[in-house]
Amino acid sequence: MAIATLPEDLSPPGRAVAAAIPPTPRHRLRPWRPGRLGVNLVLALVAAAWLVPTVALLIVSFRPESLYETSGWWKVFTDPSQLTAGNYSTLFRQGLVAGGLLDSLLTSIEITVPATLLVTVISSLAGYSLTFGRWRGGNAVFYTVVGLMVVPFQVALLPVVELYRAFGAATGFNPYGTIEGVVIFHVAFGLPFGIFLMRNYYLGIPSELVEAGRIDGAGEWLLFRRLIIPLGMPAAASLAIFQFIWVWNDLFVALVFLGGYSHYPLTIYLYDQTRALAANYWVVATGAIVSVVVPLTVFFSFQRYFVRGMLAGSVK
Amino acid sequence: MTLVHAPSPATTPARPRPGRSRPLRRHAWSLLFLAPAAVWLAVVVIYPVFATIRYSLFNDSGSFVGLSNYKNLFTTNSLLIPFRNNVIWVVIFPFFVTVFGLVFAVLSERIRWATAFKAIIVMPIVFSTTASALVWTNIFDLDPHVGAVNAAVQAVSDWFNPPGAYPVDTAAGQTVAALASAGDRSANGAILSTATVHPGDTVRLGLIGISPLTLQRLGAKPPRQPTAAPGSITGVVWRDFSPAHPTDRSTLYPDEQGLPMLHLALLGAGGSSVASTTTDTRGLFRFSGVPPGTYRVQVVPSNFQAGFTGTFWLGPQSLTPTGSASQTAQALLSVPLIDVGMIIAYLWIWSGFSMVLIGAGLSALDRQVLEAARVDGATEWQTFRRVTMPLLAPVLTVVFVTAVINVLKIFDIVVNMAPGASQQQANTLALQIYNSGFSGGIHTGLASAIAVILFVLVVPAMVWNLKKLRASNT
Repeated sequence: MAIATLPEDLSPPGRAVAAAIPPTPRHRLRPWRPGRLGVNLVLALVAAAWLVPTVALLIVSFRPESLYETSGWWKVFTDPSQLTAGNYSTLFRQGLVAGGLLDSLLTSIEITVPATLLVTVISSLAGYSLTFGRWRGGNAVFYTVVGLMVVPFQVALLPVVELYRAFGAATGFNPYGTIEGVVIFHVAFGLPFGIFLMRNYYLGIPSELVEAGRIDGAGEWLLFRRLIIPLGMPAAASLAIFQFIWVWNDLFVALVFLGGYSHYPLTIYLYDQTRALAANYWVVATGAIVSVVVPLTVFFSFQRYFVRGMLAGSVK
Repeated sequence: MTLVHAPSPATTPARPRPGRSRPLRRHAWSLLFLAPAAVWLAVVVIYPVFATIRYSLFNDSGSFVGLSNYKNLFTTNSLLIPFRNNVIWVVIFPFFVTVFGLVFAVLSERIRWATAFKAIIVMPIVFSTTASALVWTNIFDLDPHVGAVNAAVQAVSDWFNPPGAYPVDTAAGQTVAALASAGDRSANGAILSTATVHPGDTVRLGLIGISPLTLQRLGAKPPRQPTAAPGSITGVVWRDFSPAHPTDRSTLYPDEQGLPMLHLALLGAGGSSVASTTTDTRGLFRFSGVPPGTYRVQVVPSNFQAGFTGTFWLGPQSLTPTGSASQTAQALLSVPLIDVGMIIAYLWIWSGFSMVLIGAGLSALDRQVLEAARVDGATEWQTFRRVTMPLLAPVLTVVFVTAVINVLKIFDIVVNMAPGASQQQANTLALQIYNSGFSGGIHTGLASAIAVILFVLVVPAMVWNLKKLRASNT
């Protein structure tokens, strides 16, 4: 009987009944219900509602500045001739002036790329050490790291500013107000999640693989480079994407650590534009679209890894 | 380096390298691998946590003050607002983000276009909160010509209570009388020509105080001198203000504009309306076939009827009646409208996250259990309530706790979405840390005290995380 093939301890109540009934094809299991049309309709409405803000922003960025105050963006649907790329060409024609859109785009890249690479590499190294290292205390270190995952970065801001000053006094290079200062801080607060993610993924790699390599005489660096890095690529990709989007979208850390620096990332550019007295929502909308294009591209190209990273962070 | 080209060690035959396999050496390598992370975390995360605790016990000039920063925090009304708002966020947001995620995850299992649906819902997560806040500022804009929410409310309101083309907002202290220029007078919410007219005459009605934006919207053109016609009363109604001749009234200038779409009535001797007409884009009008007599031209009151002019959705006004309460009670108990707007925006950003997590939990469920419940005669709802929900409980908890931690640190959305007028009422702990510690007056002691409190608030989550980890490791 079918029931006999199921281990007793794994069968939840009711399973015996289910098992006694011959398996039914999936489409038969879910017959058409009157609710089906309703569900489609409701979700279509939800999806439409969810798209409205993005579409609004996109349209505002493609309408002339003069129309912003006089008529709503939705008027575009009855008069498509309002659409123009003028806002974009105005902003891009400014070129690489400090505080301009292109300059901010560049600054965002200058901050995000090193912060992402450093977190990914350092987390991978630490994850390897915590998973395959044969030393005592690894668990304690890992628990500390997990504990650090929820520490709000706001707690560290003031002391780190002081540390930067002290470092500057000692060495002549004060990271406060530089890209390096922002990157150092981002890396520190990206590491706990990064190490957690990498270590959990490495746990799934059979340790016999590593042991076999060691018996064969391979050094740790070689094992890491040639075995762990290729096998851990999916997790590293998830981590990199997460870190990239997190750093790219950060406003707070940049606001604190870039004080006095003349180049800003896109988030500060947008923040400044909204603070400005003149009504210049067209700049804001256009800048926002530019700022969103990069993470959106990353998201759609690596959706699988992104979702995996989200799951790895929370579901055990 | 030759190592780079070495084949994978797992598959190569043994290559004895005696020195390399010594445990001590491996130990050193392991520690070396850990070193960058350990140093980084110790210096930039762990040390600062302790330093912040220390800072919080000192005042701005560096002398030890014990807990007085904390005392200030809990006894200053303006500093209680951030606490209140964090409570509002924690009470409302995690619950709704979990419910939205659950509903979306469960429902999207039943549609064929689930992938597209999920992509649409998840998309806002990758936007910066700054950009998302800007989007929603636009959606909630006060002006119904800009903000979609007010436009929708206005559309509904106008359906029941149509406004005039030239609304006068009496609530804001505007009056119709103020629109009358030389040659007109106002009475009972209308504007009348001062002089009486007869068929064949022309009338010129100048109005002032008309917004150029209104005219732009209506497509107004420069006014033209009306031409007299026998048996008709013709005329022009225009915006009697020339930027080039700001003090000259009653003269038509090419830089002035006619008032289009204006409803006019022709009043007979008894003061009752005998004919009506509407102005064209140059403000010109004509009453034809008027019998001989004495008349006045009236701009009827309905032109100035104010419709819905927009709600300040991102305003600081409280949803709870706290008007007569003490300052402290007001700080603690009011729920500003801006919080609702920001929470809606934040739900828009994060519902995708909970949907993905809960969706993964759903697909990991044992389908046979659900089928069994159905076969046993449970309805769809019973199955969901009694079988699916309990099985999902761990995932729901994870989503909820993640949302709580996330919301405790809320900053970007507040700083970008709350307009200046609402900023103080929308204040949160993280924003107050920034305001106290980094912008304006620098109060490191106070900022540190708030940071410590923020840290203490996330400690339960930390413990919970560790317990969960322990449980899964054993």
